[in-house]
Formats: sequence, C-alpha cells, structure tokens
Amino acid sequence: MDLATFLVQCLNALQYGLLLFLVASGLTLIFGVMGVINLAHGSFYMLGAYMAYALAPAFANLGGLGFFATLAAGVVLAVVFGYLLEWAFFSFLYERDHLQQVLMTYGLILVFEELRSLAMGDDVHGVAAPAWLSGSIPLGTLMAYPVYRLFISGVCVLLALGLYAVISRTRLGMMIRAGASNREMVSSLGVDVRQLFRVMFAAGVALAALAGMLAAPVSSVYPGMGNQVLIICFVVVVIGGIGSIRGALAAALLVGAVDTFGKVFFPQAAGVLVYVLMALVLLWRPGGLFKAT
Amino acid sequence: MSARAIRIAVFVAAALALALFPLVGGKFGVDFVTKMMVFAIFALSLELLVGQAGLVCFGQAAFFGIAAYATVLATPRTGAASVWWLLPAALGASGLFALFMGALSIRTRGVYFIMVTLAFSQMAYYVAHDTPLGGGTDGIYLDYTPALGIAGTPLLDLGKPWPFYYFVLAMLVAVFVFLGAILRSRFGHALAGIRVNEQRMRAAGFSTYPYKLAAFVLSGLVAGLAGFLFAVKDGFVNPELMGWNVSGTVLMMIILGGIGHLRGAVIGAFAFSLLEEFFKLDSVFGDFAKHWHLGVGLAIIACVAAMPHGIAGGRLRRATASNTEDAEVHRGKP
Amino acid sequence: MNSLALRGERLTRKWGGVVALDGVSIALHRGEIHALIGTNGAGKSTLVNVLSGEIEASAGSVELGGVDVTRWTQPRRARAGLGRSYQRSTIFPQFTVRENCRLAAQARFQRPWRWWSPASADEPTHRVSRDVARRVGLGEALDREAGSLSHGEKRQLEIAMCLATDPQVLLLDEPLAGMGAEESERMLALLAGLREGHAILLVEHDMDAVFRIADRITVLVDGAVIASGTPRAVRDNPGVQTAYLGGAA
Repeated sequence: MDLATFLVQCLNALQYGLLLFLVASGLTLIFGVMGVINLAHGSFYMLGAYMAYALAPAFANLGGLGFFATLAAGVVLAVVFGYLLEWAFFSFLYERDHLQQVLMTYGLILVFEELRSLAMGDDVHGVAAPAWLSGSIPLGTLMAYPVYRLFISGVCVLLALGLYAVISRTRLGMMIRAGASNREMVSSLGVDVRQLFRVMFAAGVALAALAGMLAAPVSSVYPGMGNQVLIICFVVVVIGGIGSIRGALAAALLVGAVDTFGKVFFPQAAGVLVYVLMALVLLWRPGGLFKAT
Repeated sequence: MSARAIRIAVFVAAALALALFPLVGGKFGVDFVTKMMVFAIFALSLELLVGQAGLVCFGQAAFFGIAAYATVLATPRTGAASVWWLLPAALGASGLFALFMGALSIRTRGVYFIMVTLAFSQMAYYVAHDTPLGGGTDGIYLDYTPALGIAGTPLLDLGKPWPFYYFVLAMLVAVFVFLGAILRSRFGHALAGIRVNEQRMRAAGFSTYPYKLAAFVLSGLVAGLAGFLFAVKDGFVNPELMGWNVSGTVLMMIILGGIGHLRGAVIGAFAFSLLEEFFKLDSVFGDFAKHWHLGVGLAIIACVAAMPHGIAGGRLRRATASNTEDAEVHRGKP
Repeated sequence: MNSLALRGERLTRKWGGVVALDGVSIALHRGEIHALIGTNGAGKSTLVNVLSGEIEASAGSVELGGVDVTRWTQPRRARAGLGRSYQRSTIFPQFTVRENCRLAAQARFQRPWRWWSPASADEPTHRVSRDVARRVGLGEALDREAGSLSHGEKRQLEIAMCLATDPQVLLLDEPLAGMGAEESERMLALLAGLREGHAILLVEHDMDAVFRIADRITVLVDGAVIASGTPRAVRDNPGVQTAYLGGAA
C-alpha cells in the first residue's frame, strides 16, 4: 500500500470515527448520566439524514449558504424534538429497570421507522453536498480526497472541542459530570435535575441528528441506516466506558480505524472485526477503557 | 385447590388445547401455531438464562442460528438424515458455541455482559454472512427433511404439517417439564441465589462461575433445539437467523410475557407472534397493514407501560406456610 | 490441640499509590472473640476482604487451619471453613428465612447434577436450616419472607447464613450496625454463645460492646496495627488513646 492510499484510508478512518463519536457521545451521556438505555438513538441519526434530504430544497435558493441554513434548521428542529420527546416519553423511563427501557425504546424504533416511512417513503435518497465543498484535494499524483469528507471531520473536531469545553469548563458541564457520578447528590444540591436531563437529552438528539445530516451526502439516506449506526455506537460506548466522553472519542476513533483498515486488509472478515475488538477490550477491561466523565 | 394444583391444571389444559387445535386450525393455523411453539421453546431457553440466572444475554440468536445451520449443513446431499443423530449434532454445535461464549462472557457484568454476548452473536452472524461456510446472504436450503424412525420403520413424517406439529408440541411440553424440574432442583435454586446476590453465594462457598457456565450451555442447547425445529420447518436458513434483531425479539418475548415464570416465556412468544399477525391484517387495517411495525411498536410501549411485570408476572409471590421454598425461589414456576 | 484457626501474616494491600494495609499480622484462635477496631478508613474492611479471599493481598499470607490459602478463591476458603457476614445485609429478601438458610447450607451439599430431585425434598439442608435459624433466635420466623424481617432480625439471619456452612472461623463485619439497645443485647448474647467451637473476628465500632465481649483486640490505624492484646492492655495503651481521643485521621 503506497503512502497516498494509506493517507486516504487514514482520513476515511478519521472521518468515520469522528461521525461515530458525534452519535456515541449523546448515547453515552444519556446512558451514563441519566441511566437510560436508549435503543432509539440510531433513529435520531436516521431522522437527521432524512431532514437533510427534506429541508435541502427549502433553502436551495440561498446558494452556498443554503447548506448551512439546512444544518441550522435541522439542529433547531432536533433540539425541539428532543426536548419534547424527553418530556413526553423518556422522563417516564428513569424509574424503570433496564430491560423495560430496552423494550420501550425498541418499540420506539419501530414507531419512528414507520412514521418516517409514512411521511417520506422507503426510497433511498441522495443528498448533494454543497457546490463549494464538492471538489477534491489532490494527494500525490494519482489520488484525490473529497473536500466534503474533510469538512465533516473538521466540523466534528470543532464539536468535540466544544463539547470538551462545555463539559470541563462550564457550570453546566460540572453538573453533568456530577450527575454522572451521583444523581441523587446533584438533585439534593438544588439543581433542577429534570431540566438538566431535558437539556442533555435534547443535546444528545441534536448531535445524532447533526451527524446524520453531515453524513447524508456521503452515505446516502436509506431506511435501516439508523439501526446500523445504533449497534456500532453501542459497541463504541461500551469499549469507551459508559458515561465517558473521552472514552467515546477514543473508542470511536479506534472503531473507525479497525473497521476501515479491516475492510482493506481482511475484506471477508470486515464486519466481524469491530466485535472482536469489543470482545477483546472487555475481556481485558470489563468496564470499558475509561471511567465515567 | 392449592396453588400448585391450579398451575398443573392450567398446564394440562393448555397442552390439551394445543393438542386439539389442529382439528379446527386449518392449514394456516397449524403452520402458524407450529411457528409459535418453536419460538416458545426459543423463549424458554432465554428465560432460563435471564429469569433464573439473571444473565441478560443479547446473543441468544447465535445458538438458534448455529443449530439451524448445523442442521442444514450436516444433512447429507444424498438423502434424509436421521433425527437421532442430526438433532444431537445440531445441539452439539450450539452447545459448543454456548460453552465458548459463556466461558469468555461470564467475566463481565451488567450492561457490558449484554454487549459482549451481542458481540459474540454478531461474530457468528458475520461468519455466516461473509464466508463461504455460511452460503452468504442468500442462505442455504435443507435438502431433505430429517427422518424420524426406529430401526428402519418411520415413526413420523416430519415433512407433513400435522406430524411435525405434534413433534414440536411434544418437544415443547418436554422442555417445559424439564426446565421446571431444573428450576426446582438444587441447581436451579443455586442459580436463583446467584441472581439475587452472587456475593452471598460465594461467601457461602459456591463457585459461581461453573454454575453460570452450566446455565449458559443448557440455555444454548434448548435454543439449539428451537433452531433445529425451525430449520426443519422452513427448510431454509439464512444469516438473519443469527442477527441481533432475532436476539432482541426473543428478549422482547420474555419481557412481554413476564420474566420470572416459565409460562411467561410461552405466553410472551405466543402474544408477540399474535400481535405481529394482528397488525398485518388487511381486513382490519386495510392499506395501513403494511405499516404493521407501527402497531407492534405502540403495542409494546403500551404493554410495558401498563404491565411492567409482563403479562404473566402480575401476581406477587405469597410465601405461605404450605409452599415455602418452592413458592418463591420464585419464579421458575411453570 | 492447636487452637490457631486463622492467621494473617504481614498482609499488605496497595491500590495504585495508596497503601490500604501495611504489613498487618493477626491471629484468630478457637474459642476466642478477637475484635478489630479502628477509625474509618483504617483498613478494617480491606483486612476482612483479604482474609476472606474477596481481594488479593499484594504481599503476605493467609493460613487457615495451618493450610496456606493465600491463593485460594473465596468460595474455596468458605468450603474449607471460613465464614463471613457483611456489614450491609446480604440476605435474599424475596426468599423465606428457611430458604435463606437452606441455600447457604446447600453450599456444603451441592450435588448440582441431580436435576430431577427438587430442593424442597433435600433433607440435610432443611435440617441445617432449621437448626441455625433456631440458634440465632429465628426459629419461629422460618416461613416469613426475609425482606419483611426487622433490621435486627435481618442481622440475625445474616449470622445464621454464616453458620449454615458450619465454619470454624467467623469473620463478622459490624453485626451490630444499626441496632437498637435491645437488639444489640440479643446479638451480643448470641455472639458470646458462638465463642465455643469457633474463632471469631469481630469488626465493630461500638466500643462498649467490644470491651464487654472481646477476648483480644487489635487496633488498626491507617492500615497498620498500632496495638494488639487483651482489652485492658489496649485500653491502657497510650497510642490507642491518642488515636481515639486525639481525633486522628
């Protein structure tokens, strides 16, 4: 494998890993802090992708800015949706045990899939990347790397830094970290835990939806994309350690690398490698790589 | 009538009802109920692991699928295989995988255990999906229905719906009774203790690892039986049988039916299947029937919201003087 | 006859940089109640966990009845005669008192392969269950659900479950925790009655109880033994007085 190809694969692995991180970070926070297993988290990713498809025409006449407008609109809608969903449904899950949460959120997956099917059909759609981002950067003499993929990675890195800043520097972040270790303590300190959870949940939904929107031009928009990403994200969360953002990032990059290079070197075993990785990590560190944030 | 007598009466009545059903069921009915009974056996295998031992396994589909594949792969191309060796072969395959999976997974706890079991079943899925061993996404066909006979004379033609129905019914009853005995035995009580408080069991002197591993293998064998029956019934296997959706579905079944009772597994399997069929009915939902997942999803949410202990789990155990240990080591009651 | 039932020799336990136990030696003799006292965080629980086998020692050895059990797992030590009770009750709340004791007793008579034989027909374990329940004073409560017992009764049940395995050594972690005066009296009487035939390690915070009932006392501070001997010797030890009166650690 020559250097240019290797570089391409590295960039692919990075981009895939960072996207996974966006989705997984919401999942790990919801699980680690609020103690809720949410199988429907992949559905938010899917909804984001379908939103990108549905909203794009609305902002088409804005030219280059149309894309950002779509993203912004999508994020706002996702936040509102997440907030309402937490209030109407998820807040009832905190009292339930894990198995009931699994079952109820599984039911939710079915509901979301069918609602999406009713609203937007079951076809596979493509979403165009904005014109100014659809070129390629040459790497060496033979290969070129799509600018849009670099854009995705860039956005994810910014978001990761933002997330890090919020979690470690702000009061909100402090409450989140405290909540991850001790829920009752936080509420007895006078923090409105309900509001905190609602905000966190909405943020988690928005991150997953944003990931879906960013990924749409690259992976296209199809039913079942939610389930695929869900299962991988659970693997990421478990490898990284439940409740740990740092862990989610490390694990997501690891999974991205294993999956991408696995497909190159062992195409027949590609799908299974990520699970072998998880099994190995868990047998070495039964609690995941990092402790909760 | 004591609680025990009532339970036995209900069990006999249900078995009788199932035995008489083919007389009124019609072709579709018999086929459908056969499928439900196979899933009931599958669900019972998971109930042993989750309800009694407290090991929430999210990879049950692996045992099911591996046995199904073994059934198909071990059938010679030349003619029907005898059930007497084909069934043990299928069970051997799933049992061995359960031994392997259990030995490695039991070291982890809680959600990590759930995910490790998922990982192992995904490995099995990808072996079937991506390698020539499994025949790829297209799946493989069962060339010949296995023959059930003694010394050359055929006993039952498993290729015909009615004989196969009764074969499956007999298996279901046998598994139910067998697991009931297991749960009442010392082994079963020890598993219950491990579920409630593993630390106390260790402090008393139980090496808990072998117990959990044994539960795993036993569960894998029963799930393998379901897989064998499924392969014989459908005559076709594909990698989806080992997918996490199947693991999730069977978990749904026992949660829906009520964890902690063997009957919960059977009730859940039947209820879930019926629920699916109901929402697929054109006659009720017309055009909407193709979105039957919506109905099932809403029904699941409603059921869990309203009946947190599942359909069968409503009653709390009463520890009366007459049925002490038996009564509550709880759950595990047929 | 050698009455030395359990010996811990220079036990050390480190977590990362923290030294939880620093070369602790302790000897338990049959017919003796040996109390282990110390401030919070002194390492008492860690020592008990190392002796019982739940945690591995970083250094040092544990001998049970003259046999080196340092590498043995907890269940193995339990089967060899080492019983322990926990500070937070580890009874099975949804089972009856009878079943709690029976299940503990089953550890001695496991035979798990006899799947056709119901546990309810298991005479040896039932006999042991009745005996130990009576011994701790729960003979009348055999068929009550363990979760419905009072706090004191639960602690009694905890002891019963220990006894069900017929141990030679008992490691009791704060059996008096959370008990009122009357319940404490009953428990102390029970413990005194257990002295004969057993070697008992009693971890306790209740100083009155300790000085009343203990034959020997070991004092642990910051993971090290600062005093060990008869109650009088310990009480008169200036180092101990500083540790408690001076408000150390």
